[in-house]
Amino acid sequence: MKKLSKYLFIILWSIFVITPLSWALVTSFKPASAVNNGATFIPWLQFKPTLDGWKDITGVSGYANLFPALFNSATITFFSTLVSVTLGCMAAYGLSRFSYGWKHYKNPDIIFFFISQRIMPPAVLAVPFFILLKSLNLLDTKLGLVLVLTSGLMPIVVWLLVDFFNQLPKEIDEMAMLEGCNPFEAFVRSILPLSKPGLTVAGMFSIIFGWNDLFFALVLTFTKVQTLPVAVVALNGTVTPFWTLSASAIFSILPLVGLAFVVERFLSKGGFAGAVR
Amino acid sequence: MSLNLNQISVEGDSEVLLKDISFNFQPGKIYILIGRTTSGKTSLMRTIAGLLEPTAGEIHLGEVRLDEVPIWERGIAMVYQQFINYPQRTVLNNVEFPLLRAGVSKPEAKARALAMIEKVGLTDFIKRKPSQLSGGQQQRVAIARALVRNTPIILLDEPLMNLDYKLREQLREEFRVLFKGTKDSVTIYATTEPSEALFLGDELLVMHEGRIVQHGKPDFVFQNPSTIDVAQIVNDPPMSILDAELRDSKVSIGDLMHFVTPAHLKSQPDGIYKIGIRASEVVLGGSETNSAEGEVSLSEVSGSETLLYVKLNIGEVVLQLEGIHDYFIGQRVTVSLAPQRIFLFNMDGTLCAAPGN
Repeated sequence: MKKLSKYLFIILWSIFVITPLSWALVTSFKPASAVNNGATFIPWLQFKPTLDGWKDITGVSGYANLFPALFNSATITFFSTLVSVTLGCMAAYGLSRFSYGWKHYKNPDIIFFFISQRIMPPAVLAVPFFILLKSLNLLDTKLGLVLVLTSGLMPIVVWLLVDFFNQLPKEIDEMAMLEGCNPFEAFVRSILPLSKPGLTVAGMFSIIFGWNDLFFALVLTFTKVQTLPVAVVALNGTVTPFWTLSASAIFSILPLVGLAFVVERFLSKGGFAGAVR
Repeated sequence: MSLNLNQISVEGDSEVLLKDISFNFQPGKIYILIGRTTSGKTSLMRTIAGLLEPTAGEIHLGEVRLDEVPIWERGIAMVYQQFINYPQRTVLNNVEFPLLRAGVSKPEAKARALAMIEKVGLTDFIKRKPSQLSGGQQQRVAIARALVRNTPIILLDEPLMNLDYKLREQLREEFRVLFKGTKDSVTIYATTEPSEALFLGDELLVMHEGRIVQHGKPDFVFQNPSTIDVAQIVNDPPMSILDAELRDSKVSIGDLMHFVTPAHLKSQPDGIYKIGIRASEVVLGGSETNSAEGEVSLSEVSGSETLLYVKLNIGEVVLQLEGIHDYFIGQRVTVSLAPQRIFLFNMDGTLCAAPGN
């Protein structure tokens, strides 16, 4: 009975999640008639699929081309994730294994300081960031956006990874140190190889947040650097037909969906079975 | 090289872990640290290894001031109570790793690792990962990793603790052979089990509340525990302690047991004492003058023995009976003890007289 209700819940939830996506997917292949003359759902049966929507966003029809924006988004997300995860995992390891502090401020306060960067609404930061990037001549550049996104992504990475490293037995790095590794080598040689699941989760979070960022991209970049969310929003006007918008929505999530399938196997538990019984 | 601890103290966040420990460890000997769970055995080992920083005192290894050397340059091998191995590496790579880190060439490291793996009997498993091994095998890998480097100090922190009874006995036998090859090393082995101490140790250090309270040859300490605490620690099941009075060449325990003062207590002045008696030397039955009746409060079968906890009106005694017996809680039994096997302690807990062998 318990099992049945569990499956029932999963099925309902799946419908809830998949329906809007599948509708957008179906709509992206619809001709004008299939949209304007009442709702239709099933391709080939109710309407003849066309590639018009997709032609509109890939530059084939000359209407819009999302590929440069895709490239910008990918570059910015990649580098901000790379920096966040590289620096963040080192910070997290330090916070997990050593104690720091000044007066009565200790490790948990430092971790809270990191995560407090996320508590602030981004709007508060928009103006300071704008002035900062302007004075550094980094407005409307990929580097500028990478720096700003990193400042928001790294706290998540640190927060997730401190928790992850806390779960790895301390004895493993102690042993590595006893066997001749200095703390940095112990981290790289004994802890990092066990951290694939944690790094994957932190990286995925970072990628998703970076990829989806609209606000900072909107404020801090203009014409030279346009990210995918900005480009998709720019399409969203009265002139762009529904099938083209649907195609652009699907287009902008496809890379993440693909990535999810690739990284899924790193997320398996038991990555450090055998370290400690 | 000898390892010299000079007035080592360690303070934790809120409690004192080690108090003023001084000791000289000689190479080629196996030192057993025995003590209860929070007595400071692990803290002492972690301090020697560098994982805990002493708040006072010095550690010397030969001429070197060891407590000023970073952990990774100390050259100390340690085996933990949990089976710690690198999960991502195979058995062979696990054992090779410390050698490679120490700068040994790849072919030599492999040869030495293979020789060590053979000694611990894991030759058939060199390509497996630790997670594919049983607990006993995992701990063998950890032991091989510790012994392969020939470090001047080898620390073993209750290495058999998490193994089942059979494996424990088997590995204990093997330790004797394995440690023979460590003549230049100071080997320190922590345990809570008196039987391991008697079996393996050249020298026994009894730890209690962060101090070394007694040290000496294991059988000497076993026969002459300096205090009641030591007697409790080196006896498993623990020694029974009862109040007694010595007067007019007679020993009275409560108002129940009276007997003529045995030979080894004759020289003691009259007065009030505590007596200790090992579980194996308390027996069921006995004559009217030296026995007492009590109620069974717990009966426990361990291996081929039965432990009987009997509540007398003068305190609780533990009996170790050969064979498996069936007693129910609350059952009335008569117990007596062998007068010539009594340990006599002052009221403050220090030893006055021991029965000898």
